[in-house]
Amino acid sequence: MTLLGDRQQLSYIASQAADARVNLELETEGMTLNIGPQHPATHGTLRIIARLDGEQVVWVDPSCGYMHRGYEKLTEVRTYPQVTALVNRIDWLGSFANEVPFILAAEKLMGIEAPLRAQHIRTILFELSRIANVSLFLGDLGVQLGAITPVFMAFRDREYVLNLIEGATGGRFHPNFDRIGGLKDDLPAGWLDETRTVMKKLRRFCDEIEDLLFGNEIFQSRTRGIGVIPRDIALQYGMSGANLRASGVDWDLRRDQSLPMAWDKVDWKVWTHPDGDSFARCWVRLQEVRESTRIVEQLVDTIPAGPVMTKVPRIIKVPEGEAWVCTENPLGEMGYYVVSQGDLGPFRVKIRSASFNNMSITPWLLKGVYVPDIVTILASLYFILGDIDR
Amino acid sequence: MMYNFAIDPLLTGKVLWTPLLIVLLKVVVVFAVGLVATMLMVWFERKVIAGMQNRIGPNKAGPFGILQTLADGIKLFFKEDLIPERSDRFVFKLAPYLAFVPAFLTFAIIPLGGDFRGDNDGLVTWFGQQTRVQLADPPIGILFALAISSIAIYGIMLAGWSSGSKYPLLGSVRASAQMVSYEAALGLSVAAVVLVSGTLSTSGIVARQSSLGNWNVIVTGIVPFFIFMIAATAELNRPPFDLVEAEQELVGGFNTEYASLRFALFYLAEFMNTVTMSALIVTLFFGGPQPISVGSLTVDIPIIGNAFEGTIWLLLKVLVFLYIYVWFRATLPRFRYDQLMDLGWKVLIPASLGWFILLAAQRVGQDAGWDRYVVTIATVLILLVCYSLLALAQRTSENERKRDGVMF
Repeated sequence: MTLLGDRQQLSYIASQAADARVNLELETEGMTLNIGPQHPATHGTLRIIARLDGEQVVWVDPSCGYMHRGYEKLTEVRTYPQVTALVNRIDWLGSFANEVPFILAAEKLMGIEAPLRAQHIRTILFELSRIANVSLFLGDLGVQLGAITPVFMAFRDREYVLNLIEGATGGRFHPNFDRIGGLKDDLPAGWLDETRTVMKKLRRFCDEIEDLLFGNEIFQSRTRGIGVIPRDIALQYGMSGANLRASGVDWDLRRDQSLPMAWDKVDWKVWTHPDGDSFARCWVRLQEVRESTRIVEQLVDTIPAGPVMTKVPRIIKVPEGEAWVCTENPLGEMGYYVVSQGDLGPFRVKIRSASFNNMSITPWLLKGVYVPDIVTILASLYFILGDIDR
Repeated sequence: MMYNFAIDPLLTGKVLWTPLLIVLLKVVVVFAVGLVATMLMVWFERKVIAGMQNRIGPNKAGPFGILQTLADGIKLFFKEDLIPERSDRFVFKLAPYLAFVPAFLTFAIIPLGGDFRGDNDGLVTWFGQQTRVQLADPPIGILFALAISSIAIYGIMLAGWSSGSKYPLLGSVRASAQMVSYEAALGLSVAAVVLVSGTLSTSGIVARQSSLGNWNVIVTGIVPFFIFMIAATAELNRPPFDLVEAEQELVGGFNTEYASLRFALFYLAEFMNTVTMSALIVTLFFGGPQPISVGSLTVDIPIIGNAFEGTIWLLLKVLVFLYIYVWFRATLPRFRYDQLMDLGWKVLIPASLGWFILLAAQRVGQDAGWDRYVVTIATVLILLVCYSLLALAQRTSENERKRDGVMF
């Protein structure tokens, strides 16, 4: 008998076993596909383990944490003014919006309120960061579906908004502009006029995207009826923001709670869509950009004069207590639960970021879809990895 | 007038040195033109897409960045050659050539020029020999193109299969299904052209389209052209049918594991196929190298001699289709796999088959002297009955699948 190598023996046994199985019954087994952490479609480092049957997904397991930076813990060794520089980086596309709820929480604990002009400017910058964030989403949507042109239009027009943010704050991505009791500076001269023209450009961008992408037959066939989230399921999974509104829930924290911000002073509309599919989520976001431009335009017209900073002590100590403040951020509900023990820095901060909860629905949502739809659905859920992992 | 196409006058008579050298020259020129055309196509696509997307595009290597592809090629040539450990080494190495060679072979049967004035019929005189500006003119011409494009599938299929990796495997499974099913629609729309031309030879098909009214796009009705265009896009794996290399889902698709020169070969083959397919569309439907002429009026390109004018016309016509392909890429999102299959089997194949039957019935009616309108109405009625039967069958099977709980 000839001596066989281990490898040969093993392969012989395997082939015999395979033959036997084929003879028994033509039985096929699924394939486990590992999407990510490095993958062109994951906006960062999200890992999705998908079990496939052909092109169909049997189950998925999203696995996050590849970008965990420990912000909640880091805040405990920072003073209150220093924390904004950290939380800027949670949702890096709409940075200013991350600062606001934390500052509001600290102000709530201290029992102070920013002057009216500061509230207006805060709201304007908040909406600008929403526009910058969501307009990139609208462009990126095309890329996820294989159309590459929209994203360049989005980058082009987002640039105008980033220039505005830079003009007002000095930082394009991470303004770090919000202070407890107000803002770092007043607006520069001519900024308001510039904002008006940019808002017109952004509305034209929305029309372009609607023409190029939303009206496209292929886009509609790829998104309509795909990834449907019913109303009650969306509520159960704690979804928020446009994802929730696209499932027909009329819920917007900008309107539904009273914060020392300027949303209640202008006329705007909360858009909802009854379908709950990918198309609805994209459509709601498109309308939100339009509404945001309207909000900014009205605020620019009605901005009051006055100081942008109230009187606060040079060294900020936040009195003992606990506060929860949440706002309607570009990605959904973002909140900070701040526990203070009267020190220079917070004792404990719990950050509730929208993407983590929005993402948690994926195992339920992706069951039974095709592989290409994984990408579409994830794109339409719109998460940012920094916002998931913090 | 006698149609003796498919017989190049160069190759009749005894074997002599001059014809042999001319044929060799043609081979070299066609190969070189193919390579240069591919290079320029890559540059053209990048530049045009850049223009559509508010970008500049390649602008550093050479004038207007025209040498960018060359620079990329050199870079790829010197890169490390990687073969995955779990791959089937022989097939892995073979696959790029299976994709690359057919891309060039198809180019051989395309009429690349010629003198179509007077009674020349596209013949030119080189070194005292009459010949066609075409590497090969086999009597089966267009069938050769279809056969070769079927072989090209193997390159992609084997590349994905032999990589020993999951994304390429998914890509190649898609590729084989997609290309096989679109081949049918492609063939049926070519059949319509063959029907009205009465010849399979590409030079014969070109010679039949001597004036604007005779162009096959008009003679066959516009439908086969559109079907051919769509099926060709799918066959080329270009957007919106580029599921095979869908970057967002499958990373790189079938060529994910390829690097260095082997990747360059795939890349080259893809763009070469685009050029070839555009040339094939022009040949089949738009008169190939024939100048645009209405009645006895022919548009003349000044300065350039008649013998070269055909090449210029071909180039201009091909450019239009290359531009359309680039335009597709810049504009359209991608189909999903099952939607692609639906489009292929439920729309394109029945439509092309129906149109083919309509054309055939017209021909038969003409020969037998039947009334044209009666024939048309009768055929349309029969086709409608067939279509409703098909729709019924589809609905039944859909219901059955729903009952069994299978999604596909």
